[in-house]
Amino acid sequence: MDARESSGNAPVQKATRDMYLPPERRKIADGGTAHISAREFSIYYGEFEAVKRVSADILSKYVTAIIGPSGCGKSTFLRAINRMNDLIPSCHTTGALLFDGQDIYGKFTDEVLLRKKVGMVFQKPNPFPKSIFDNIAYGPRLHGVNDKKKLMEIVERSLKKAAIWDEVCDRLDKNALGLSGGQQQRLCVARTLAVEPEVLLLDEPTSALDPKATAKIEDLIQELRGSYTIMIVTHNMQQASRVSDSTMFFYEGVLVEQASTAQLFTNPKDPMTEDYITGRFS
Amino acid sequence: MNIGTRKILDRSFTAVGIGSIIVMAVALMIVVVPIITNGIGAVFFTGTVEHRKMLFSEFKRGDSENLSSEVASSERYRAKVYQMLTGFEAELETMAPEQKAEYQAKYTQVRAALQALLGPLPGDPEPMLTRFKYGQTRWEKAEEKLHDLLYETRWDNSNPEVMAKEYFVSRAIGFQGTSLVKLFPYVKNNLESMLLPEFTCYWGFITDSSVDSHFFGGIWPEIQGTFFLAVGAMLFAFPLGVVAAVYFTEYARPGFLNSMLRSANSTLAGVPSIVFGMFGLAFFINTMKVSESKSVIAGALTLAIMILPTIIRAAEEAILAVPKTYREASLSLGSTKWNTIATVILPAALPGILTGGVISLGRAAGETAPIIFTAAVSVGSAIGLADVFSSPTPALSWNIYNLASEHEAAAQIRHVQYGMVLALVSIVLMLNLSAIVLRARISKKLKG
Ligand SMILES: Nc1ncnc2c1ncn2[C@@H]1O[C@H](COP(=O)(O)OP(=O)(O)OP(=O)(O)O)[C@@H](O)[C@H]1O
Ligand SMILES: [Mg+2]
Repeated sequence: MDARESSGNAPVQKATRDMYLPPERRKIADGGTAHISAREFSIYYGEFEAVKRVSADILSKYVTAIIGPSGCGKSTFLRAINRMNDLIPSCHTTGALLFDGQDIYGKFTDEVLLRKKVGMVFQKPNPFPKSIFDNIAYGPRLHGVNDKKKLMEIVERSLKKAAIWDEVCDRLDKNALGLSGGQQQRLCVARTLAVEPEVLLLDEPTSALDPKATAKIEDLIQELRGSYTIMIVTHNMQQASRVSDSTMFFYEGVLVEQASTAQLFTNPKDPMTEDYITGRFS
Repeated sequence: MNIGTRKILDRSFTAVGIGSIIVMAVALMIVVVPIITNGIGAVFFTGTVEHRKMLFSEFKRGDSENLSSEVASSERYRAKVYQMLTGFEAELETMAPEQKAEYQAKYTQVRAALQALLGPLPGDPEPMLTRFKYGQTRWEKAEEKLHDLLYETRWDNSNPEVMAKEYFVSRAIGFQGTSLVKLFPYVKNNLESMLLPEFTCYWGFITDSSVDSHFFGGIWPEIQGTFFLAVGAMLFAFPLGVVAAVYFTEYARPGFLNSMLRSANSTLAGVPSIVFGMFGLAFFINTMKVSESKSVIAGALTLAIMILPTIIRAAEEAILAVPKTYREASLSLGSTKWNTIATVILPAALPGILTGGVISLGRAAGETAPIIFTAAVSVGSAIGLADVFSSPTPALSWNIYNLASEHEAAAQIRHVQYGMVLALVSIVLMLNLSAIVLRARISKKLKG
């Protein structure tokens, strides 16, 4: 593809350590390697270009926030990373999106394997209509774990990581749909963690939650920082600045600015970014 | 619209709704009540000693000592009748020829009426048909036959303008002055002692085979045949239908072929069932030669083709109703498409799929036309499971039609027809009820 060939001279916002301030968080970076890289990457719904020639790097084991007004292509970009957009027949891409240096949309990419490594938590909690145990065990079972004791271990570990173990440990065999919205969302996080992915994509994970549940999810992100590469879409500026190391600002499909969260929120380079974070438009 | 008109509209709509529900309920009652009351009569009725005799010699059922004491007691009363008959026969011999001929004709009718009431009389040759070996087995029928004995039915044709009118003439008057005249009051007064009516609960109606084309016995072969046909049809149609629905909803690419297939499927759902019957005969029996002639398997296949579109439709709808988020969740965990379908989509769609399946099962159980040419026979014994590939079977739907319209003595076995109707209605209702229960249980499990 010509887009990919021309990627050499494209203006890439190279990931640098500076992007990932503050420094006290740097010690967890393993050299700041790019886990996911986009090069001139565009996503189309039919004729409509929803994400426009984005070039960016997302560093391994950091938390990257994506902000931007509604309809600017945040979800579309996020869903491209684990190829959830494949479900939409009209959706296609140009350019390159690399995961560990491999083209996600390459001919030989196994999207099932990719999704195992790139887990996703959706805006609306979507547990299966099964028991809590079966929800968490669903992924491990898919990937060949059938031993009851091993499954129980995984379920317990995942639920503990997602800070929901104490609330559900005595009703693991109850249907997950009986949980509250916030509990369901944390259950979905646990379900994703049970597969042991490398990347965690969170699409507005707290938009349906009350402040208390939101705080729990944010604590969870803090805890997972350093072990997973996390990308989180959010409309909540405070949340972005609280939990993320680096922030990407999208506007109408274009990646306007990517910088360390501290820098982007205190000293944005682009006037548009400034307008957005100061609330002059949304 | 002002609030007044709106209220009037609301009210009148409610009234129309309630009215139509009431009309439906009344219509349903008019149909269902006679089915239930008459159908129950096939199992619970006042049976005579003839019923018990029949049960004992045809089905080896009943207590032989008890029966022989009953027979002895009824014979004591019947002996008097036989005596009167032999007495009158002797009297006939002494009459003048033309008088004798006149009485002989009337006497033959009396004998026939007595045979119908009490069974073969002494000196009669052993009847060929089982139905003539016994008198009336049911008390209400015996009362009808008693009337036949006491009165001769005549038709009044005097006025050619109107239809002939039925009227009755006492037979006793015809025998005035002979010894036989005493017979009529005797039979009338002692019928109970001769037939010993007794409340009977004949469960054998459900579990017995029929004897002499449904004169006696039960409807087990029909129930079993219905069961074989319906379940057989399901065995073919359900997996096929679910697979087809999965294909349509998950794998088929939109295009000309796909829309052709879908509209073909919808059209098929509206084809009259007799056409499926003809198709089954032409295709499964004549072309595919799944069996020599009619067989359960051919009928089941034909029914399967008939219910397939309904199952596909129901399954498609159920699958499409599964929230997209389940699919996303499963795929995002690294599940393959097939795995997602098998472990998430189908379980979530199960209530809807099952409902469609059970409704189709009920339809397969009740359809007549598709099995006329492919599987059904009017009279037959219950077949074994191994015979389904080669033998036809009686089935409730077809036998109801057959008994009511083509049976040589349809009027005499109304209770059997009603019994069959009730059995069929109960089977279909039970299937639908189980579908509702099953659906509720699974939905509850899914909802948590
Ligand atoms: N399935 C689809 N088919 C066609 N267009 C779509 C589809 N999904 C999204 N779009 C369009 O793509 C653009 C980006 O949508 P996207 O969902 O990525 O926005 P977003 O930034 O996540 O917005 P929000 O903050 O409201 O979730 C929008 O203009 C939207 O209308
Ligand atoms: Mg979105």
